[in-house]
Amino acid sequence: MRHIISILLENEAGALSRVAGLFSARGYNIESLTVAPTDDRTLSRMTIVTRGSEQIIEQIVKQLNKLVDVVKLQDLTEGAHIERELMLVKVKAVDAFREEVKRLVDIFRGRIIDVTDSTYTLELTGTVEKLDAFVKALEVTDIIEVVRSGVTGIARGDRALTI
Amino acid sequence: MELTGADIVVRCLQDEGIEYIFGYPGGAALHIYDALYTQEKVKHILVRHEQAAAHAADGYARATGKPGVVLVTSGPGVTNAVTGIATAYMDSIPMVVISGQVPTHLIGDDAFQEVDAVGITRPCVKHNFLVKDVKDLASTIKKAFYVATTGRPGPVLVDVPKDITAHKTEYIYPKSVAMRSYAPVSKGHPKQVKRALEILLSAKRPMIYTGGGIIMAEAQSELRELVRTLGYPCTNTLMGLGSYPADDPMFLGMLGMHGTYEANMAMHDCDVMLAIGARFDDRITGDLAKFSPYSKIIHVDVDPSSIGKNVRVDVPIVGDAKSVVTELLNQMKAADRKPDEAALKKWWKQIEEWRSIKSLEYDRTSELIKPQFVLEKLHEVTAGDAYVTSDVGQHQMWAAQYYGFNQPRRWINSGGLGTMGFGLPAAMGVQLAFPDSPVVCVTGEASIIMCIQELSTCRQYDLPIKIVNLNNRYMGMVRQWQEFFYDRRYSHSYMDALPDFEALAKAFGHSGMRIEKPGDVEGALREALAMKDRLVFMDFITDQTENVYPMIAAGSGHNQMHLHPGTGEPPEERELA
Repeated sequence: MRHIISILLENEAGALSRVAGLFSARGYNIESLTVAPTDDRTLSRMTIVTRGSEQIIEQIVKQLNKLVDVVKLQDLTEGAHIERELMLVKVKAVDAFREEVKRLVDIFRGRIIDVTDSTYTLELTGTVEKLDAFVKALEVTDIIEVVRSGVTGIARGDRALTI
Repeated sequence: MELTGADIVVRCLQDEGIEYIFGYPGGAALHIYDALYTQEKVKHILVRHEQAAAHAADGYARATGKPGVVLVTSGPGVTNAVTGIATAYMDSIPMVVISGQVPTHLIGDDAFQEVDAVGITRPCVKHNFLVKDVKDLASTIKKAFYVATTGRPGPVLVDVPKDITAHKTEYIYPKSVAMRSYAPVSKGHPKQVKRALEILLSAKRPMIYTGGGIIMAEAQSELRELVRTLGYPCTNTLMGLGSYPADDPMFLGMLGMHGTYEANMAMHDCDVMLAIGARFDDRITGDLAKFSPYSKIIHVDVDPSSIGKNVRVDVPIVGDAKSVVTELLNQMKAADRKPDEAALKKWWKQIEEWRSIKSLEYDRTSELIKPQFVLEKLHEVTAGDAYVTSDVGQHQMWAAQYYGFNQPRRWINSGGLGTMGFGLPAAMGVQLAFPDSPVVCVTGEASIIMCIQELSTCRQYDLPIKIVNLNNRYMGMVRQWQEFFYDRRYSHSYMDALPDFEALAKAFGHSGMRIEKPGDVEGALREALAMKDRLVFMDFITDQTENVYPMIAAGSGHNQMHLHPGTGEPPEERELA
């Protein structure tokens, strides 16, 4: 099962490597990992997408909680939640493809954020599935470069990860 | 008044009430060493290798329950200590390691004796810190002691760059620590305890299995009361030996790979298992698929991540062993239910049958010295009251099986990491903590060589440790596995070109003995232990072919034990009550 785990951790040097080190040392897998400070500069918020059996996920949550730098965490997938990923794509855009790619960007509600004579740089936000579908659709032209931020997320409704 | 960082380090140790620190000086730690020189409150023990500093601090911590403190320099000082830190980590031993670091402006420059101490120790510490401002130094050291000694204890490293030890600031040692990200649970949830009690009282074939957590929490009296009130059998892990008296009839001995027949069979056949402060390690469970197939499991542990890690648990209780067992006892007194006497009688009858196999029997007629015999005699001569440290291998298992520990904190060994070289330095820490008590290091000729240099430290501080070297000219446990599982291909397990240990001990300024006949064992032990003012190295030349029994081979279940060839095979047909 795929799980999205949100973590509030002390914004200190080395905190990230404690989390990353835990995953590699115990052989847990990381599909994606994002991290940045929150509105409270002393805290970072990290989002990890991982996969594993219920027993493994339970261990991941317990082991993360055990890290002294981890203040609080939440398994977003345990309840209703919103997940988003940001993607930037550079594609070849010449001749008829300039219009075709523009149409695709509109359909997926993306944006063209940079233009040259022969390329477009596109921005798209959405779920992993939406981003995957967009990349597939873009295969009509040449994709030069894809960069994805990794998933970040937040719980729906009143549920929140705060201290 | 403003103090230098180095003075602050020493003042923190004084204010923490630290008696001994174990260390080795070097460039990055020189300011701290200079600060140590001008005071007498904290006594520094100069080891001969940083690994030994960590083991000695570890031994001190295991014997006293107080945190062990280590001081090393940067680079190789830290890397040498890593084995000792990892040893303490695996066995949850409270320890604070202060390491010198190159000056902050050189960090990352591949400076002389620079190593990323925080990075290299991260996987084997409970937590670690790099101090970047002298203003944070005292509060960081306070946090280090707090984290190391609370919850599930463990080693904490504080890396202090040399320039920080020269900078000055006002010294304030915080009285208490509050960390929003660290709040260890101590009390178990009363509702969970209630559920546990219901299951415990409905048991027909109960088993109480306890580990090092009882010793950490000082819960031995509570455990005793629990076992006696319930009338249930009790077994200890290697790390838990001494938490329940070995000479008590309710005690079934150690369990696991080299556990007794009765302990392992009872683990296999029980219908309710109460595990306290034990972590279902692979040396305990054997093949998980075959582990205790009929039991409901109640697991008490201070570390939530220990629960449900290896086996499924029916009633998890997160909490300190002492508070949970106390709560169990209180609820039991209030409950009107009693254990099922009839079922219990039947269960004990079965256990006694298993016990009658005498799985720890060995050949007592041999003309060679049997290692088991040495340990039985050691128990006799010391009245079971010595602190016994060990290294790792056959001698460690024999000490665990035959010494018979009746009190906690007397059995000091590297259980989790299995570190050869642990025994002698650990004994130094124990002897310093208890200068008037007998401290015996049970070792083998392969293990003792790994930290033999510490004989020099023992001489410097007049530590009257007694070394029992069970010398079989093999890495015995390796040889045993090669005999059983590698068709007797004894690849590199033979210890060739051994030193004359008696002469070696003398060269270091100690006494030495060589004992070759079973008839001389007791006399030698008595003579050595009577020499209270000196270290005596007893080199016992033992039977090379002796193996540790019983044994559960890797991948087998608890009911599939190899017994000593002389014991005969266990009965096959069994009926569950």
